[in-house]
Parts: sequence; structure tokens; C-alpha cells
Amino acid sequence: MSVQSAQPTPPALEVRGVTKRFGALVVLRGVDLALRQGEVLGLVGDNGAGKSTLVKILSGFHPPDAGELYLGGERVRFNSVEAARAHGIETVYQDLALIPQLPVYQNLFLGHELTRLGPLRLLDKREMRKLARQYLDGINVNVPSVDAEAEQLSGGQRQAIAVARAVRAARKILLLDEPLAAMGARESRLIINLVKDLSSSGRVSIIVIDHNYAHLFELCDRLNVMQGGRITIDQPVHETSLEELTELMVLSYRRQLEEVPNAGA
Amino acid sequence: MHSGAPAQSAAAPAAEPPGQQREAATLGRRVLRLFLYQRELTPLLITVALFIYFTIRAGSTFVDSLSLSSAAGYAGPIAAIAVGEVMLLVLGEIDLSAGQVFLFAPWVEYWMHNLGLPVVLSILIALAVCCGVGAINGLITVRLNVPSFVTTLAMNFILFGLVLIYSEDAEASPIPLSASNGSPNFASKVMGAWLWSEILWVLAITILAHLMLTRTRFGVRIVATGGNLVGAAEAGVPVRRVKVWCFVLCSFLAGLIGIIDAVKYGSLDPGNFGVDYILYAVGACVIGGTALTGGRGTVIGAFIGAILIGILEDGLTLVGVSTNDFYVWVGVVIIFAMALNAQFDRLIARSRGT
Repeated sequence: MSVQSAQPTPPALEVRGVTKRFGALVVLRGVDLALRQGEVLGLVGDNGAGKSTLVKILSGFHPPDAGELYLGGERVRFNSVEAARAHGIETVYQDLALIPQLPVYQNLFLGHELTRLGPLRLLDKREMRKLARQYLDGINVNVPSVDAEAEQLSGGQRQAIAVARAVRAARKILLLDEPLAAMGARESRLIINLVKDLSSSGRVSIIVIDHNYAHLFELCDRLNVMQGGRITIDQPVHETSLEELTELMVLSYRRQLEEVPNAGA
Repeated sequence: MHSGAPAQSAAAPAAEPPGQQREAATLGRRVLRLFLYQRELTPLLITVALFIYFTIRAGSTFVDSLSLSSAAGYAGPIAAIAVGEVMLLVLGEIDLSAGQVFLFAPWVEYWMHNLGLPVVLSILIALAVCCGVGAINGLITVRLNVPSFVTTLAMNFILFGLVLIYSEDAEASPIPLSASNGSPNFASKVMGAWLWSEILWVLAITILAHLMLTRTRFGVRIVATGGNLVGAAEAGVPVRRVKVWCFVLCSFLAGLIGIIDAVKYGSLDPGNFGVDYILYAVGACVIGGTALTGGRGTVIGAFIGAILIGILEDGLTLVGVSTNDFYVWVGVVIIFAMALNAQFDRLIARSRGT
């Protein structure tokens, strides 16, 4: 805590010693991570390294088994997605979290519905439709209609809606779990620009998981590599190259392999 | 828009001819779309057709108020239970105990009144007990991960047993609110003693439930939870809470209409088994266009489905067909409705733009 308060500006989000296991499977083994104010942090690593689990802990979907989370230097505990949202954290999940049977505009406002008449919580459909249309036009997302059900959209359109929903609602932290997977070139460009715009506003700090290094090098200020449930490498993007990063990852991977017999003992 | 995808027009029988025929084809597709997305339309048309058929066959006896109120009396409880059930079916859950709650509620009211409590208080306690039953159904389902089919099946037996135990097998018992000294007072008329009060209650319940499902945030949460459970939870919908509340609502509606129905008929039979009601209610939901797969459902459709069953029952009796035929027809209509809905779902899936 003393180290923390000595810093002029605390990180937007800090993770200390977070562990998580599902039954016998240990997924996170003490994750330490600091997301600075206004930066875009890329999270890379093999499948099963624990990236998505970490994101789900930050978004309030899973509680951590141990470890602490700090938002702007203050200790926080999330026991639900709603609680994390109340702190200004929005997430785009790998599975998109869209509802196939709901129209585009209701998906865009899911969890943030505009309502009238106080406790009755009557949906303000007209206003939501209007805002959804304006917003999607503004960021060049093409959907047949805001009244089309999500089921009728293409994979890329669905992904764009999911990202747009989170970008629109994020106040402090935006977590993106593979936002560009399965997207065409045009749609990828659209999402990258959307995230860049948000980040240049400076008010939202962003964590992106992606497997495409070209995208990550374009989007991110810093890269963190996850291996075996830990962050093993922390590199600013402007000080590193793809070759260098790959080399570091191989070295770290070898070191981990050597550790295995010790870990078993 | 989505029907604009060229791949989908392949579903239409013929290649698009020019001129008038093309206009007819577009009109046909628009009508098809209407039926695809307004699932209540098909059962409504069938209900109207049945009504016309029975009016022609049975004449004035079918449309007189005695016959119609008998149809309404048959359909009312089914409709009210079905309306609550739709919420659960949309969630991908089911409540098999609602029919027994319907029979249980007036017994609780009766017991409370026998303890010396005033009628109104007895009714309120009975409704609270019904909500409690729903909450237990819901909590066991979401907290202990017991499938709701099993939870509520068990609850059905428990409530049936409780009635048998505490009624001491007395065949029929009077209801405190009903008219014992000749003319029913205003309160008992409102609560079911008047010929049409039950169906008006059911109509009001249907309209309110329809507005809740389609116009409120809670309704969106029900559809979201049933349409994509994990996705809804990730998007911040409190899925467990939504489920528990819907179980409570379903039990509450069944209990409310149960009390009204008991006042209407003025007697209670501990030997009645609620499964009869719940099977008709689920049938009404299916006829109305609600899938059992979750994410889709219509309250209005469930109401229409119940009315359809009521008209079928009343009409077949008046036409002089054996009542045994009624069961065959209900079965046929349910299968027809489900098959039609499955085909509609396939058409929607095929119209998906890529």
C-alpha cells in the first residue's frame, strides 16, 4: 500500500497475485498486472494460458480464489458482472454474449436499457432504436436494420455489435477478448479504429486479447505475455519488435519446461 | 431486409416470373413473414375457424351466454396457468406444479379462515404461500442445479399430499367467500362468483403479462436469459434472480386464479390432481406458438391456445360428439402446432443473411 500511495497516479487497474482453479485444474497461478491510465495493453499467450479466465475475473464473471484487484489505487471486489459494470468496466467476451432472439438495438442496450416510468422500467424502445441507428451509422457498422434479430446477422456483424455495445458503455476500463477473431478485413479495420478512437480520448484504459501480432502492434502501447497462468513478459511496444518478442517467449517457455521437474517434487 | 438475401428466395417454389406474378410472390413472402414472426396468428385463425364451424353446426346454442361462459370457464384456469408457464418456457424452464398450486391455494385460504382469520387476510396469506412455493421451486432449481422439470414434479406430489393430509379427505368443503346465504356480495362477485369475473381476471392477467414480457426491462431479461444463458449473464443480466422471480410469478398467478375458480364453483375436492391442468396449460402454450427450447414465447398465443381448447371442448359437446373425441382432437392440435412452429423456425434459420 505504501508503494502504491507513493506513486503520483495509480494504475487504472492493478491485479496482484490472482489465482484461480476449476476443480483440479489450476488456471491462474498468481497473476500480477498493471494497466496504466489511458493505455492499451495487449495480452498474448497460447490457448489455455489463462487469458480468458483472467478477463472473466476482471469483468466480475468469476470471483478469484486469491489475490487482489485495485481500481485507480482502490481495492475492489466484484461478486457479479453488474458490480464490475458499476465501476465502469465493460467486456467483450469471446462468445460475444449476444441474444439471438433479440433485435439489434436491444442487444446493443442489453444491461443498459433506457426505461421510462421509474420502477415500472418500461422500455423506451423508440429512443433506443433511434440512438442505436445513429450510433451504428456513426461508426459505419452496416446491419440490415436495428430491428433485425441478432440471429439473422453474419458473424462479423454480430461481433461488431458486441464490440460497439462495450465501447459505447465503457467508462473506465474496456476488456476485449479476441474482438477480431473471424472478422473480415473491412470489419477488423472498423473495430481497430473504434478502439483507437476510444483510447485516444484518454478516459478509458483497454486490455486486448488477440492472436494477430500485426493488429496488436498497431493497437497497443504495451504487451504482456501469459504462459502457464502467469504474466511472464512485460514489454512496451515501441521498444520491441516481433522477432524480439518471439525470442523472449521461446526463452521463457524453455525456462518453464525446466521448472517442471522442480514443480513436481 | 433479411428476406432480401437471395439464397432465401430459393425456398419459394418457383423462380421469380415477371410482372403481376412477381407481385403476388412478394405478397406471398410478406404474408409468410407475418406468420413467421407473429406466431399467435395461426392459432388465432384456427380458433376463429372453429368458432364459425361450431356456430354453423350447433347454431344459437353455441353462441348463447351459457355455452360461451362454459367455454370461458373451461379456458380461464388453463389460460391463467399457461400465461405464467410461458415465462418459464421462454426461460427454458418448466413448472409442473402450477396446476397443483391452483388447487392448493383455495385450501390454504380455507384453512386460514377456519383458524379464525378474516377472509381478506386468508386470501393474502394463501397468495403469499403460493409465492413461497414458487420461490422454493426457483431456488432449488438455480441453487441446487436440479432441473425444474424434476423440482416442480416433486412439488406437485408434495402439495397434493398436503391437501389430502390437512383436508382429512373431506370430499367437499365450502369456501368462506362464496355465497352461503343466497345472494353473493360484491367482493365475492369480483372474486369469481359472477359468471364472467373469472375470464375478465384472466384477460387482465394476460394483458399485463404480455406488456411485461414485451415492454419492460424484466421482459428483455427473461428473453435474454432463455435465449443465451451464459451470454446474458456475461452481459450483466442477473439470470438466477430472473428465473426465481418467474417461478414466483407463475405460482402466484396459478394461486390467484385457483382462489377465484374455487369461489366460482363453491366447492373444494381434495382428490383433484393438478397435473390435468398443467398438461392443458403447456398444451395451450405450445398451440399458441411458444417453443420449449427457450428464448421465444408469446403470452397472447398461450391465451389463444387456452381459448381454442375451451371452444373445442364446448363445441364438440354441443355438436353431440362424444367427449372422448375431445382428447384426440387436443392431441392432434398440439402436434400440428408444434410441427408448424418447428417448420417456421427452420424457415427463419434459413433466411439468415450471411
